[in-house]
Amino acid sequence: MEKQSPLHISGAEAVIRCLLAEGVDLIYGYPGGAIMPIYDELYKFSDQLHHVLTRHEQGATHAAQGFARTSGKVGVAMATSGPGATNLVTGIADAQIDSTPMVCITGQVASHLLGSDAFQETDIIGISTPVTKWNYQITKASEIPEIMAKAFYIARSGRPGPVLIDITKDAQFELFDFSYEKCKGVRSYQPVPVLEHSQVEAAAEAINAAKKPMIIWGQGVILGEAEEEFKTFVEQSGIPAVWTILGLSALPTKHPLNMGMVGMHGNYGPNLLTNECDVLIAIGMRFDDRVTGNLATYAKQAKVVHLEIDPAEISKNVHADYPVLGDCKASLTALTPLVEHKELTDWKAQFAIHMKTEFEQVIKADTQPTKEGLTMGETIASINKHTGGDAVIVTDVGQHQMITCRYAEFIRSKSNVTSGGLGTMGFALPAAIGAKMGAQDRHVVAVIGDGGYQMTIQELGTIFQTGTAVKIVVLNNDYLGMVRQWQQLFFDKRYASTEMTNPDFVTIAKGYHIDAKRVTKRQELDQAVKEMIASDQPYFLEVCVEKEDNVFPMIPTGASVSDIRLQ
Amino acid sequence: MSEISRYTISIYSENNVGLLNRVSAIFLKRHINLLSFSTSQSEIPNVFRFVIVVKVTEEKIKKLVQQIEKQVDVIKAYYHTDEETIFQESALYKVKSSYLFEERQIQNIIKDSHANIVTVSPEFFVIEKTGFRHETEKLREDLAPYGLLQFVRSGRISVTKAPMGISEILNNFNNQNND
Repeated sequence: MEKQSPLHISGAEAVIRCLLAEGVDLIYGYPGGAIMPIYDELYKFSDQLHHVLTRHEQGATHAAQGFARTSGKVGVAMATSGPGATNLVTGIADAQIDSTPMVCITGQVASHLLGSDAFQETDIIGISTPVTKWNYQITKASEIPEIMAKAFYIARSGRPGPVLIDITKDAQFELFDFSYEKCKGVRSYQPVPVLEHSQVEAAAEAINAAKKPMIIWGQGVILGEAEEEFKTFVEQSGIPAVWTILGLSALPTKHPLNMGMVGMHGNYGPNLLTNECDVLIAIGMRFDDRVTGNLATYAKQAKVVHLEIDPAEISKNVHADYPVLGDCKASLTALTPLVEHKELTDWKAQFAIHMKTEFEQVIKADTQPTKEGLTMGETIASINKHTGGDAVIVTDVGQHQMITCRYAEFIRSKSNVTSGGLGTMGFALPAAIGAKMGAQDRHVVAVIGDGGYQMTIQELGTIFQTGTAVKIVVLNNDYLGMVRQWQQLFFDKRYASTEMTNPDFVTIAKGYHIDAKRVTKRQELDQAVKEMIASDQPYFLEVCVEKEDNVFPMIPTGASVSDIRLQ
Repeated sequence: MSEISRYTISIYSENNVGLLNRVSAIFLKRHINLLSFSTSQSEIPNVFRFVIVVKVTEEKIKKLVQQIEKQVDVIKAYYHTDEETIFQESALYKVKSSYLFEERQIQNIIKDSHANIVTVSPEFFVIEKTGFRHETEKLREDLAPYGLLQFVRSGRISVTKAPMGISEILNNFNNQNND
């Protein structure tokens, strides 16, 4: 690697030069006392490094996540010490559980004040430790190049995740001789396990012996940029494939072997047949409890093949009979040539039969309703129609999220941005800003519930200021819909604190000079969606949907995937 | 697999501020109490060693070690049963000096326990005993009637019967990066 000749510069300038050396040209953040030296350098470097001022530090993290998810690059968020740093924590925890590469930089009080309860001092290293892949406090400018290089290396390598670097104010001011070298490895950290061919062969043998195999893929396929290898594997083997919520969009929706979603609100067939398959091939997924339901009754009849990059995920929740440790791009490349093609006609027919049942009993009424009230499902169907499945769809958390992931159509990978593991309400609006900046040539549609929307509604200010052309669809049922659904089903309809008296969302959007429209009738919906997609500006669309619709199918908490309910 | 037994976890790590927090958070998150915890320099320069004792099932200990090893600053983590390790604890006992001269029995207790007298002053004397838990515990019980002024016991320290191979891991890394 070429070394740059030493420059005598401040720690603050060094931070900016490190970011540039890592290929960063966009960061999200919010200034404050302890990070002012770095912001001062941002001012000087504004032609090379664009800073987006969010309206809250949480918004900066979610925007960085959205950017990372659509661009495949590391998202960067910046905040000051104390409350600035603590406001990052939700986004960091979200990135940790959803394996999103992100580097957060926080200012800290001067090193001589550490531990003195100084103004805006907080132990962000201690606070963020359980929710970061790695973190570090810099107290000397000379540490900056090596630590920043390490931060980016760790955030993006192996199973990605968030890294937080806390920099004391004196280290930002301190002058030193700067030179930068990219990190090539950390001796205590092996990001990608070495692929063992014996594991691949054993897995292939199990797969070839299967009569009723099923593939479950997760976000590992997307993070490993293995979509092509995955598609080849699926087509070569002929095995029906189902997805976790974060795996969505890695294989086109209409691919003949894409059988739908597993999990709590997943499709009927994929859930039922999990307990009928004889070999379950898990690829880049971690058997989250929302996927498995009751582990004691999950796929007990099946031999489990698990392709996974993180050794800690092997047999964590579900025993792996045939673990294949490694980057799934490499392991799929090794596995595919060993796998025989099968037609599996009868087995695939079972998915089709269950899909027919689900269509008749659930999907038809969701997406082609005949009742008076508007449904979330028909809104998504209209978005599909006008985007051709080529939009990035960002969702928040709740009923709208499940409905969107069930019905949104995708033809391209890296198109589904949602808060999966942490279930962070308020994620979608700021994440959509980052998602659009990470995929500027694409339509980005944020579908949000009325509850989550109001958790980060202030980011409309960021959208207005930056002119980011995101399309915001609020599916408004005046309820915290998913909680209300649970109250209806499991708490005898005692709707404790789930009804919302909402403001005039259209007026609010217009206050931020964003084109806005409200739809209350079916005959207005399609035209409104069409106008929204056609607009090259930010656009807000409120769809007033049926108040007490439920999301089905559903696996109640603690129940088996076989106990999935259609109503 | 579901039987609870005592395991010693050995962690080789970088000596980074904050790693202690990161390791203890793994136990905290799973509501697991630590029976003993000690850290020190290891046989390799600039490599730290943690020795942690917990009582859990083997299934659980495997997962704990996987989670520990996943931490960026951890070079390698292992778990072992008592039979697979040589382990000891140290204890210090502070007793009034007058007892040493007035109570003949106390001299026998010290002799029988193979404990060492570390220091003697006009006011107090300090005994040190290294051994298994039941040995340091027996000495504590024996001395208790004479009014222990202070008692403290260290965490378990242990070495394994089998080789650890940390130097090989580090050499491999160095070789790969020099290629």
